[in-house]
Parts: sequence; C-alpha cells; structure tokens
Amino acid sequence: MAKIELNRNPFIENALKSRYPQLAVFIVMLVGYIFAILAGLIGTPVGSHNFSIVFVWIAWWAVLILVAVPFFGRGWCAVCPIPLPGEWLQRGAMLAPPNKRPKWLNLRVPKMFRNIWLQNISFLLLALFSSVLLTTPNITSIVLAAMLFAAIGLSTIFERRAFCRYLCPVGGFIGLYSQTAPIELRIRDKQACVKCEGKPCYNGSEVGYGCPWDVFPGGLTKNTYCGLCMECIRTCPHDNIAVNLRPFSADLAKPTTRMDEAFKSFIMLGSAMIYAGVLLGPWGMLKDAAYNVGSNSWFVYAGVFLAIIFGVLPGLFSLGIYQRQNNIAFKQRFASLSTALIPLGMMFWVAFSLSFVLTNASYILTALSDPLGLGWNLFSTANTAWQPMLTSILAPAQTLALVGGLIWSARTAQKAANESWTSSMPVIVYCFLLTSVMLWLLL
Amino acid sequence: MSPRFLLLLFVMAGLVVAFAPLPVQSVTPQERTIDIDARQYTYSPSELQVNKGDTVTIKLISTDVVHGLYVDGYDVSIEANPGQTATLTFTADKAGSFRFRCNVTCGAMHPFMIGKLTVGTNNWLYRSIGLATLAIFGTVISIKQKA
Repeated sequence: MAKIELNRNPFIENALKSRYPQLAVFIVMLVGYIFAILAGLIGTPVGSHNFSIVFVWIAWWAVLILVAVPFFGRGWCAVCPIPLPGEWLQRGAMLAPPNKRPKWLNLRVPKMFRNIWLQNISFLLLALFSSVLLTTPNITSIVLAAMLFAAIGLSTIFERRAFCRYLCPVGGFIGLYSQTAPIELRIRDKQACVKCEGKPCYNGSEVGYGCPWDVFPGGLTKNTYCGLCMECIRTCPHDNIAVNLRPFSADLAKPTTRMDEAFKSFIMLGSAMIYAGVLLGPWGMLKDAAYNVGSNSWFVYAGVFLAIIFGVLPGLFSLGIYQRQNNIAFKQRFASLSTALIPLGMMFWVAFSLSFVLTNASYILTALSDPLGLGWNLFSTANTAWQPMLTSILAPAQTLALVGGLIWSARTAQKAANESWTSSMPVIVYCFLLTSVMLWLLL
Repeated sequence: MSPRFLLLLFVMAGLVVAFAPLPVQSVTPQERTIDIDARQYTYSPSELQVNKGDTVTIKLISTDVVHGLYVDGYDVSIEANPGQTATLTFTADKAGSFRFRCNVTCGAMHPFMIGKLTVGTNNWLYRSIGLATLAIFGTVISIKQKA
C-alpha cells in the first residue's frame, strides 16, 4: 500500500496549520482533566461512582488503548492537556508568535536522561501501585495533579516538553506502540531540509515554535518521539511536512538498537500479563497482595512483579536468542529482536482492556449524570444498573486480538532476524508461549 | 503452492479449529450445591467446576459487607447481606468458562472481585491455543516460502 498524504487535502492542511482547532480541543481536555482532579478529591470515595476513576481508567483508557494508539499512534499526545499550562508558562503565550528571548531557565535536558529509562521507571512506579491507583479516586487525583505540576516544573527548568519526552509514564508506551500505527508525520523531500537555512521546524521562527518534542523532522524515521503536535507544519517555510496514511507497523521494519526501548517492550508485555492474572483472575490472595500497599505481601508482590519484568521475561528471551557465534553483538541482537514484541504487547493490552472496559463501561453512564457521586442526575442516567456489555463476544474478540498479535509479531520477528543475521524461530516460539499463557489467564 | 492458496488453506483450517463440533461426553446431570464465602475482595472457593446440564445451587455467605455474585454469560445474580446466606439456582446449560463477579459495590477493589466457573471443558481455551499454533505454522511456512 502506498502512502497517502492526508494534508494534500486543503481542508486538513488548513485545520492542521491553524492553531485554533487544536486549542479548542486542548481547552476541553484541560477542563476535563482539572475536573477529574477535583472530582477525585471532593467526590465520593467509591471509585465506580466517581468521575475521576470512571472517566480516566475506563473511558479514557478504552479510547486510548483500543482506538487512539492502534490507529493514530501518538494522536493522544497531540491533544493531551498535561503539558499545556507548563508550555504556556514557558512561552509566555498561549497562541502568540514566539518571542525569541528564552523564558525561565530553558536548559537542555542532561544527556544521561535523554532516553526513556525515566519513563520506564515512572510507568513501573504507577504499575506497582496500580490496584490502589485504579480504584481510589483521591489517589488518581493526586497522580493526575502530580503529572500536571511535574510538567509545569520541568517546563520552567528545561527547554521544550521535557516531561512528555522523558518522564511521562503514558507517553513512553504510546511512543513504543505508535510505531505500529497507520499514521506518520514525515518530510516530503529530504533535500529541501538539507538546504533549509535556520531549520525553523527545530529552532522556531516568527510563525511558530521549534519542535516541542526536541525532534528534527528532517531526520524522522520512526513515530516513537514525534508527538504529532503539528508545530513543524506551521513553521516549515517549504511546505515540506506530510501527515501520511501508511500500512500498519511500517516503522517495525527498522528494528530498535536501544536497550531502553527494548526493556519498554518487556515492561509492557509483562505488566499486561500480571494485570490479567491479578486484576481479572480468580485469585483473591494476589488481589490482597497488590492492594495492601506497604504490607509484607505487597513487597513480595512488587518483588515478583519486577522479577518477572526484569528477570524472567528478558532472561527467557536471552536464552532463546543466545548464540555463541554471531557477528552481531548480543546486546544489539537483543534490542533488535525485541522489536518483535511490540505488536504482541499492544495486542495483550487490547485483550486485557477489552475485558476490563466492557465489564465496567456501564459505570460511564452513571458517572456522567452524577460525576461526584453526590446524588445528582444530570442526564437521567444516574440510576443505570451495572451490566457487563457484549460478554458473548468477549472471548472470541480476545482470541482474535491475541492470535492476530502473535502473527504480527512473528512476521516482525522475521524482519528483525534478517537484520541481525539470525533465526527468528526462538522469538516466534517465545511469542507463542507468552500468548498461550495470556490466553489461559484471560479465557 | 501459491501464497493466496496457502492463506485460504490456513483460514479454512482456522475455521475448523474454531468452530468444528467436538464429541460431547455424556455425563448424567447432577444437582450440585456449592457454598461460597464472600469477603472483600475474593470468593472462596473462587474456581468452580461443574458439568454441563448440572443444576447448580450457589449458597453465598458474605462475611463482611454486602456482596453480590453475577455470572457472566448466564446473566443471573444474587446479593448477600453480611452474615446471611443468599441462594441462587440455575442450570449450567452453556459449556465453557465464565467469570462470576461481585455486582454490589463493596469497596475499592470491587470491580476486580472475580471468580471463575467452568462448565464442562473450557474448549474455547484449547481452540484458541490451537488457533495460535496454526497461526504460527502458517506464518513460518509463509516466511519459508518467501525465503
């Protein structure tokens, strides 16, 4: 399938170049975000009746993992409200053309942090406390507020969107899985970028800001770190930026060589499996351990969680791909072949989320009418009875997602193996075994 | 063998694995009574096994707050007040694996208070693993053909 340049269409081009449509969405999102924080703090402590839990962990999560990430990659990042207040503060403006004088400290993020290890750690921190986070409104509020203030704080110290790029726990996995999406932002003509003076897409100009994601669009080959903010479309003097519709997983043909990205795959894969067992499984002991933060059983749970992610999963993977004689270093092969785990991990999350979301979706109607759990009935849906949805198609849909992910990963493994001059079979067998475990956990 | 023919072959095989009727073991239906203790946020026992056709009576005893028990796929439920026993009877006429879960908000982890009821054999799990195996064979053969 050839790429289709979506912004060849004048309507789309104008909508992307204008700041107003994006600002309108941003403001709606920001209002919703702040309301979620407030609802968690002042609303009912019953999670399933509080806007913060229902709209963040059921509605937003469903949209993110079932639609936004698979089909739009970093589409969520394009409208995420978290960096906004910090960015406005950093720029000293909401929409006005940039003032060249740097505001605040405007430091460059130290080189040792210019990777996604901090995002891996921030995701794991939330993951370890997820049973409390997903069910307790004020904890969700505190985390949402902390993310907002961290983004503001980092914007006053560092240049661009340091929070999004290096710390956001959600942005890390969205970036990883955005490589599979059928949307990309790329340049049209490399020579135009080579000859371009001043590189306004990266450095900014009188018509727009330099890339908030610290990416030079001329060098983009993967979606991972492009936040689809569309700023480069506004600043490019050569009209050289295209938003393309492309085949799924186009970026996976170029395997990663970075260990931070490789471990992100294991973190996401392992977390999905652990959540499927702990949250959706019938084992009460595991739920108790995950929920009672600070107890001895929680420390055991946290230890096992980390051991699976950093020991068992990468360890088995390493055993499978280990070869005494190979011209390519083991570390490089490990990173490269781990690319095959990206589609599988995403589909694990889709399968897990289907179960969680379909079972609890009816709470959305309740929380819509009574977002704080105070007895309101704004849209006459406050008394909607809890009812799981589409339970008859849940298991086939999960099988389809998991088996589809397995095929996708097997094909990706073959491409990555060709690059590494090795066999794809160990990776394919590894993916098959993990898929079988996930099927057992979910079905 | 052309890739399209191979794809068609594997899709057909997949349909057989997913939907072909399996021989049914004839087991005389029984009446089963199962006592289940419910407490935040678990059932005990949390995994139930019955045969297809059995008449299942669940006696739900809540040991702390009000709990419910809703069986996915059967759309039947009960509620038990603390210290009291509630009874639910239904005929297990659908084979497979079904989650049962608390349907009365009982605390923070309420959405994850879940148990598992297996009626007969969980054939869908085995069919799914069969599909995964078939998918792997198909992919490997297609890769080998391309090579």
